[in-house]
Amino acid sequence: MFALIARRLLQLVPTVIIVSMMIFGLQQLLPGDPATIMAGEERDPEVIEEIRKQYRLDQPIPLQYIYWIKGVMSGDLGESMRLKEPVSRLVAQKLPVTLQLATMAMLIAILIGVPAGIISAVKKGTFWDYLVNIISLWGISTPNFWLGILMIFLFSVHLGWLPASGYVSPFEDPWQSLKTTIMPAFVLGNSIAGVLMRHTRAAMLQALSSDYVRTARAKGLGEKRVILAHAMRNALTPVITLGALEFGTLLSGAVLTEQIFTIPGFGKLIVDAVFNRDYAVVQGVVLVTSATYIVLNLLADIGYILVNPRLRA
Amino acid sequence: MKTSLRLGLIALLSAPILAGTALAQSAIRIGLAEDPDVLDPTLARTYVGRIVFSSICDKLFDIDEKLAVVPQLALGHETSADGKTVTIKLRPGVKFHDGEALDAEAAKYSLDRHRTMQGSFRRGELSQVDAVEVVDPLTIRIVLKTPFSPLIAQLTDRAGMMVSPKAAKEAGDRFGQKPVCAGPYKFVERVQQDRIVVERFADYWDKANVSIDKITYVPIADSTVRLANLKSGQLDLIERALATDLKDIRASRGLKVATAYELGYQGLTINVGKGEAAKGPLGSDARVRQALEAAIDREALVQVVFNGEFKPGNQWVNPDNAFYQKSIPVTKRDIAKAKKLLADAGVKLPVPVDLMVPNNPETRQLAEVMQAMAAEAGFDIKIRVTEFATSLKEAEAGNYQAYILAWSGRTDPDGNIHSFASTGAPNNYSAYSSAEVDAALNDARTKNAMADRMAAYQKAASQLAKDLPIVYLYHRLVIIAHRDRLEGYRQMPDGLVRVVGLKVKG
Repeated sequence: MFALIARRLLQLVPTVIIVSMMIFGLQQLLPGDPATIMAGEERDPEVIEEIRKQYRLDQPIPLQYIYWIKGVMSGDLGESMRLKEPVSRLVAQKLPVTLQLATMAMLIAILIGVPAGIISAVKKGTFWDYLVNIISLWGISTPNFWLGILMIFLFSVHLGWLPASGYVSPFEDPWQSLKTTIMPAFVLGNSIAGVLMRHTRAAMLQALSSDYVRTARAKGLGEKRVILAHAMRNALTPVITLGALEFGTLLSGAVLTEQIFTIPGFGKLIVDAVFNRDYAVVQGVVLVTSATYIVLNLLADIGYILVNPRLRA
Repeated sequence: MKTSLRLGLIALLSAPILAGTALAQSAIRIGLAEDPDVLDPTLARTYVGRIVFSSICDKLFDIDEKLAVVPQLALGHETSADGKTVTIKLRPGVKFHDGEALDAEAAKYSLDRHRTMQGSFRRGELSQVDAVEVVDPLTIRIVLKTPFSPLIAQLTDRAGMMVSPKAAKEAGDRFGQKPVCAGPYKFVERVQQDRIVVERFADYWDKANVSIDKITYVPIADSTVRLANLKSGQLDLIERALATDLKDIRASRGLKVATAYELGYQGLTINVGKGEAAKGPLGSDARVRQALEAAIDREALVQVVFNGEFKPGNQWVNPDNAFYQKSIPVTKRDIAKAKKLLADAGVKLPVPVDLMVPNNPETRQLAEVMQAMAAEAGFDIKIRVTEFATSLKEAEAGNYQAYILAWSGRTDPDGNIHSFASTGAPNNYSAYSSAEVDAALNDARTKNAMADRMAAYQKAASQLAKDLPIVYLYHRLVIIAHRDRLEGYRQMPDGLVRVVGLKVKG
């Protein structure tokens, strides 16, 4: 098992290098010159040229990549052109926020999606199955921004229970932190819950019709034990993969939700950076997100091994 | 006895409450439409950044409701007879947030920093300045290369912001992370895209007019969400509310609105001189551009897209501005005239136009309405929706025939036109070039008397109205909405939010 993990870790290195090249190369394809865009309305050609020099934008792209990757190796992700702040500081500011939001969303998604999937599989074809299916379809098909704005109007404007926007760190004030993140986490979790539910249901149905479940039942095991210990454990493998992938997506993809609830996370940072052609920030954030994504995939692989002993060989 | 005892008890019980009120910190939260860029007046570029600067960095001069220049950190100025030196008297006893005194040396330092620092975006604004001299501890003299009447107006904005030399020298180009200026509020902290917090500066020169202890600026990009936050009481004031929300805001209890027509404009920039695209009928024949203008109903445009809240306009300043040329009024739509102009030009109908439109819902709608209007006169407008940064690149390369481009506006009319219509100027996307217009615009810069400047602009305006490198469409209404617990809010024509004089009721 350790050999397997070590092998996976080694595979990480070339993956990260290729990813870093892709990040760098792809964003060069974006039209528009960062210095010009940064200047905005203050289009002074002399100053724009100065900025291009200062940020080495006048040099060949491969050389720019080497400068960047050299910095990354020594922990320096560069400087934001727009904000004149080190990218590493921006990442350090935003990563905990995004992680908190993603974890809460995932928790909500799992708490709703997995039990719902199991119930609808076990009670296939009954009223409960249909009800759960309708709810999950609703969750998948509701646009995040719409649900978000609706929740703000209900819970913040009309009822006044929750703050409409903003973010408070849990280390500052845990209760307030929960209040500021519960709506965005629910919005994000809601859509994933639907996906998780459908996958859990499908996997459970397959597991419930398999031979080992029939054997387990024939042995005279209780239905609860058959479902939870035998069927569910096998059905969980694809659900873990999906969960890890969805979690990875949450890290980079909560853009709209963060925008609506003004959560200062990665999503907002990267969108602003792309529109402002703040290359160093885009590169830094995408690098950190993809590294996290890769690590999550590794954790998912380890997760399979834990639930499925056959993979340990 | 009983009564007095009761009164005494009441007094005793209410004492801490009263004391509590007296000590309570008053704080407000202001919702911004974007996250500002770097908070260094020399390096800053965004409109939204100027809103935050108005609480932390005072300027040598300011503007009043009528757009007249009034002293702020300066007491007054005097321009020499030849227009080449401007002497500025500074306000005595002004301190920076770090306790340093604002004297002539500090003012010279700030102006020189704006003029020479690497990557300074103020350099263009102060390009006519040859030197800044210290006359006495409270007087500076600005020596100009040529007379430049917009100078004082430049000093009402970022170019006139004074920074603490000590703090600026220590921080270098990282000054924007913790700006130290001489405004009513001190910078406390900033979390990117989350908040900017400032607190009242105890030694502010006009401290009697500053009563709120703490201000938090919160960037919320979505205007619906920004308004929802104001309604729920999360925010006390929001900037740039939508014109289409104005009815709703006015009808909401507890909310108030302050408005002003912007200093800038929304316009249709036409490529008349750059690359192949300029060689089409629209770029090569002024009559075709005049036909397009005649086909557009500005009044209807503003009614349909902006509920009639914006002001139709045909010049680089809005019709209320002192520099508006009343002899060139906004014309009504005239389809017959448009058709005749096209016939005179002898162009094949329909006239194809490649219209580049920055991607946002309002400009898209604007483009569609114009497309329908122009079609009636014989234009075939193809709308090309383009991401903003990309559209700038395309415009620079001349890959467009018409382009919807707005300008946020400057205090002095020079800032709205010189860079757009002078030959080879940085904002001249049209690649327009006219010796008469160049001469008139330069002339207006060197004259100080209003009548002289008006005469020069009259020449430029009548030529530009014929050539139409930019078809001006309308002037947006700057809409600020706030809760009624906030008192004393005054809207200035630049649309910025000034916090001096603001009070929290109760």
